[in-house]
Amino acid sequence: MSELIPALSADELAAIDAEIAHAPYRDAVAVDALKIVQRHRGWVSDESLKAIARHLTMSADELEGVATFYNLIYRHPVGEKVILLCNSVSCWIKGCETLRARCREGLGIDYGQTTADKRYTLLPVTCLGACDKAPVLMLGDVLLENVNPAGLMATLGASGEEGT
Amino acid sequence: MNIRIDGVEYPATKDRNLLETCLGLGLNLPYFCWHPAMGSVGACRQCAVLQYPDEEAEQAGRGKLVMACMTPVSDGARFSLETAQARRFRQGIIESLMINHPHDCPVCAEGGECHLQDMTVMVGHRDRRYRGRKRTFRNQYLGPLVHHEMNRCITCYRCTRFYRDYAGGTDLAAQGCHDHIFFGRHEDGVLESEFAGNLVEVCPTGVFTDKHLVHDYTRKWDLQSAPSVCAGCAVGCNTLPGERYGRLKRVHNRFNAEINGYFLCDRGRFGATWVNDERRLDYPGLRGEDGRYNAIDHHGALQRIVSSVERGAVAAVGSPRASVEANFLLRLLAGPARFCPGFSAVEQPLVGEALALLRASRATVPDIATMETADAILVLGEDVSNTAPRIALALRQGVRNRAYAMAAGLKLQDWQDAAIRNLAQDQRCPLFIAATAATRLDPVAARSLRLATPEIARLGLRVADALAGDNSNDYSHDNSHDNPDDHSVHREAAAIADGLRDAKRLLVVSGTGSGDIAVMQAAARVAEAFRDTGREAMLSLVVPEANSLGQALLCEGNGSPDLDALAASAEAGEIDTLLVLENDLYRRAATDQVDRLLANCQRVIALDQLDNPTTSASHLAVPAASVIESEGTLVSLEGRAQRCFPVFPPHAERHPAWVWLLATLKELGREAVSDWHHFDDVTRGCAAAIPALAGIAAAAPDHRFRNHGVRVPRQPPRYSGRTAMRANVSVHEPKQPEDEESPLAFSMEGLNRDQPAALLSYVWAPGWNSNQGLHRFQADVGGPLKGGPAGIRLLRANGGATPLPRHATAAFAVEADEVLLVPRYRIFGSEALSAISPGIRELVRPACIELCAADAERLGLADGDGVQVGDNAAALPLRIDDAMAPGCAGYTAGYRETAGLAPNTRQRLRRVAHFSPPGPTVIGSDRGGRHG
Repeated sequence: MSELIPALSADELAAIDAEIAHAPYRDAVAVDALKIVQRHRGWVSDESLKAIARHLTMSADELEGVATFYNLIYRHPVGEKVILLCNSVSCWIKGCETLRARCREGLGIDYGQTTADKRYTLLPVTCLGACDKAPVLMLGDVLLENVNPAGLMATLGASGEEGT
Repeated sequence: MNIRIDGVEYPATKDRNLLETCLGLGLNLPYFCWHPAMGSVGACRQCAVLQYPDEEAEQAGRGKLVMACMTPVSDGARFSLETAQARRFRQGIIESLMINHPHDCPVCAEGGECHLQDMTVMVGHRDRRYRGRKRTFRNQYLGPLVHHEMNRCITCYRCTRFYRDYAGGTDLAAQGCHDHIFFGRHEDGVLESEFAGNLVEVCPTGVFTDKHLVHDYTRKWDLQSAPSVCAGCAVGCNTLPGERYGRLKRVHNRFNAEINGYFLCDRGRFGATWVNDERRLDYPGLRGEDGRYNAIDHHGALQRIVSSVERGAVAAVGSPRASVEANFLLRLLAGPARFCPGFSAVEQPLVGEALALLRASRATVPDIATMETADAILVLGEDVSNTAPRIALALRQGVRNRAYAMAAGLKLQDWQDAAIRNLAQDQRCPLFIAATAATRLDPVAARSLRLATPEIARLGLRVADALAGDNSNDYSHDNSHDNPDDHSVHREAAAIADGLRDAKRLLVVSGTGSGDIAVMQAAARVAEAFRDTGREAMLSLVVPEANSLGQALLCEGNGSPDLDALAASAEAGEIDTLLVLENDLYRRAATDQVDRLLANCQRVIALDQLDNPTTSASHLAVPAASVIESEGTLVSLEGRAQRCFPVFPPHAERHPAWVWLLATLKELGREAVSDWHHFDDVTRGCAAAIPALAGIAAAAPDHRFRNHGVRVPRQPPRYSGRTAMRANVSVHEPKQPEDEESPLAFSMEGLNRDQPAALLSYVWAPGWNSNQGLHRFQADVGGPLKGGPAGIRLLRANGGATPLPRHATAAFAVEADEVLLVPRYRIFGSEALSAISPGIRELVRPACIELCAADAERLGLADGDGVQVGDNAAALPLRIDDAMAPGCAGYTAGYRETAGLAPNTRQRLRRVAHFSPPGPTVIGSDRGGRHG
């Protein structure tokens, strides 16, 4: 999914152009365009970034500024599922470090790393807005609440199978 | 209006923020992100002060923290800088900035002139409490001019605010977030903006530093400097070159409120280090029988010059890059009828016409600061980004007057930068550009037209007609011709005239760069027509070199021979001795022509700084001091005479050209110079002899001037190591050289304060070691220097005495196998001396011919082909560039290879078989180790 395709696909272009249609300036859709391409490719490579910049008639340097400002725009390849582990105050109190340790043991990855089979990437995130259900994490698009360290690997596995 | 600061009443000015006000009052308030030319954004939080709502609160010490740079002053407002709460806050900000700032001051090129150092000392932060790791970055290769060291960044955003917002660059951006914000490019590469070098001075610490200085380093306090004027183009930006050990180390901006303000272009900043080149002439060289040069001393050289001149039949070629004084003396030596100003034969009438139009026009001839006040701009045929870059930067500010007008409607003040940019977005004052190719200003232009040169002139005339309501050249009349191009020119002209409807201050920019007198005349007519509608018009005509206009003034109206006339005269055997002053003739005419000219003269004496083909063809080569090493007056494109002073005494037998020439005239026993001993005598003699130059003596104080009884020092108070720097030769410190020609001293003794602005030799004030201390020298923060303006305007806008000429220009058409040859200038390369300065040398690309793809196809040529233009000998690589106007072939101007090409002539391009393009000359030594 993360092939280095220099040109944007017809689908991507159509989706970006749909955004441009109701924006005052082409470069106003920079964030949306990055999200669209990331949805199609999993992450935003240098080549993709340049292609988007060309399409929006802005410089790659300016678009890089936008892309790197948002930590959920991935400028490195990520696994099929990204685990966003909340390490904010509530989750910290409720033991997010244990979850992180479980990931290290179970998946062999720490923050910023991807499993060898390219299935999971682990990233920290600052608050998912569910402090009452801490500790929480997001697995792909799914929010997991009151995560039990003991059952974490099972949950991931189940989810992973669901996904395949 | 008064405000109270720490219980003291101070006068304050409306429309100023509190930070400016405090600095203007001489109070020390630290700041980072505010810049006098760029306004406030309130990003760094360093200038916090306490504001009290009323007297009672002040008594009780109950106030709120405000950022001074974001706080407008109002009558009766009460502030405290000194209260513990504000001081602690400011200390906290510095402490947090220092968390990530490395302890590398000793190896940092900014050290000793670092605003961050100054501010840290100012708030009294000393001890580091943070024990964690510092964040580190990988630095980028940003080209051969600017060095990048991101770990030092304090995230004030000044770099991107200058580079993007002020100068319009797009390839430098803030990246990342949190505590890992990175200012750089998307990937390694040369910074594209021609103003990138200003980052060196804009950055408050050592993130962006001068790469040349980094590699040949001297601390600011050890640099000797003197007021100088950039010789890179005709704008006349004021500079402060810094020297140590006889080498030029760097060039800093010298503030001039009317010209360069705070900023220089990269040709000016990095283009002067050629003076260190090993090809500099050190001793006079006399060519022997074997063609080799033998060094002789200055007595021998002088005797030979004198005996050559005494034999009669002397002619001389001056130089538009040499000082007024040197040219004047040379003209005195050869006689006005035998003195060629040294322009190319094509350029001479162009510069003459530029001067004539400036005199005839009733429009204002603006300085740079005045250009920035325009609310509509028309650029006709001049690629200012390459021929006079500082003007391009001014035009970028001019188009922002729309934003300021919108802001005024909302009662925003001019310094509220972020708010105003947010408000205006892409709304700008109209800028119309007509050029033979794309220009770097196109992105901010309302309309940029690519037209052949004659069409540009026609467009201008039609705009003038439309403004004057003169419909005699109306579209309907042209209908009969049924020329579609003509329709479009007319339509565009009508659109431009319509776009100027609401304008109140129009700036028209043109110049010699189009190579066509008709274009300049059309520009003058537009300005005149606009002025006739009762509004204010400005006319700026760009001329090529630092003293082109001075040369035109010197030779005005007395029919000085051009290079062709001189060649004819030599051909007729009328020239025995030809004196050439600071001029490589091989850049002024085709090689074979110059060869013939020089061969037809019995003796050629060349006075120059560098070994070049002309000095190599001379019989006697005489070493001249450079503009950095000699005193001289240069006349800028607005007719401003400015004085430059030697930064350091020239080495060996290098002497300023005026010294050589004055000595020759004295040896010859010329009556006129018998009482002339000093540079000032020559200046006064010139002013007396040439009415148009009568003002030049007032360009700067003469050598007898004393500042409160003492000289102005070239060396800062902490100049160190005078005994040590020659210790490898002798431990005895030699006496400092005397300066008998100027009020400056080659010494640290004297007073660098309260002097006339033309004598500002360095910027330093107690507590303000960086260039940010400039406000201590300004009468008003961000405004003119305390010493008044530097230089003197020789042209006074009056005009109207002679009617502006109007030449009909035929519609443009080329035959099927022809192109119109148009000059293309390059900021790096078209000016000969800056092009050999280290750094810039790496950015100079070979000369070429540029065609749009359609024309290339029409002519059966392909990208990379070698082409010969007409009978010009040199084959040039062809580049396909769709930015070129159809029918036009651009040739890189200012190069030796293209010196024989005449602009705006119709030519055939011939493809050369077996052409091998000139390779890129990559000299960069630091590319390999850029990640290190």
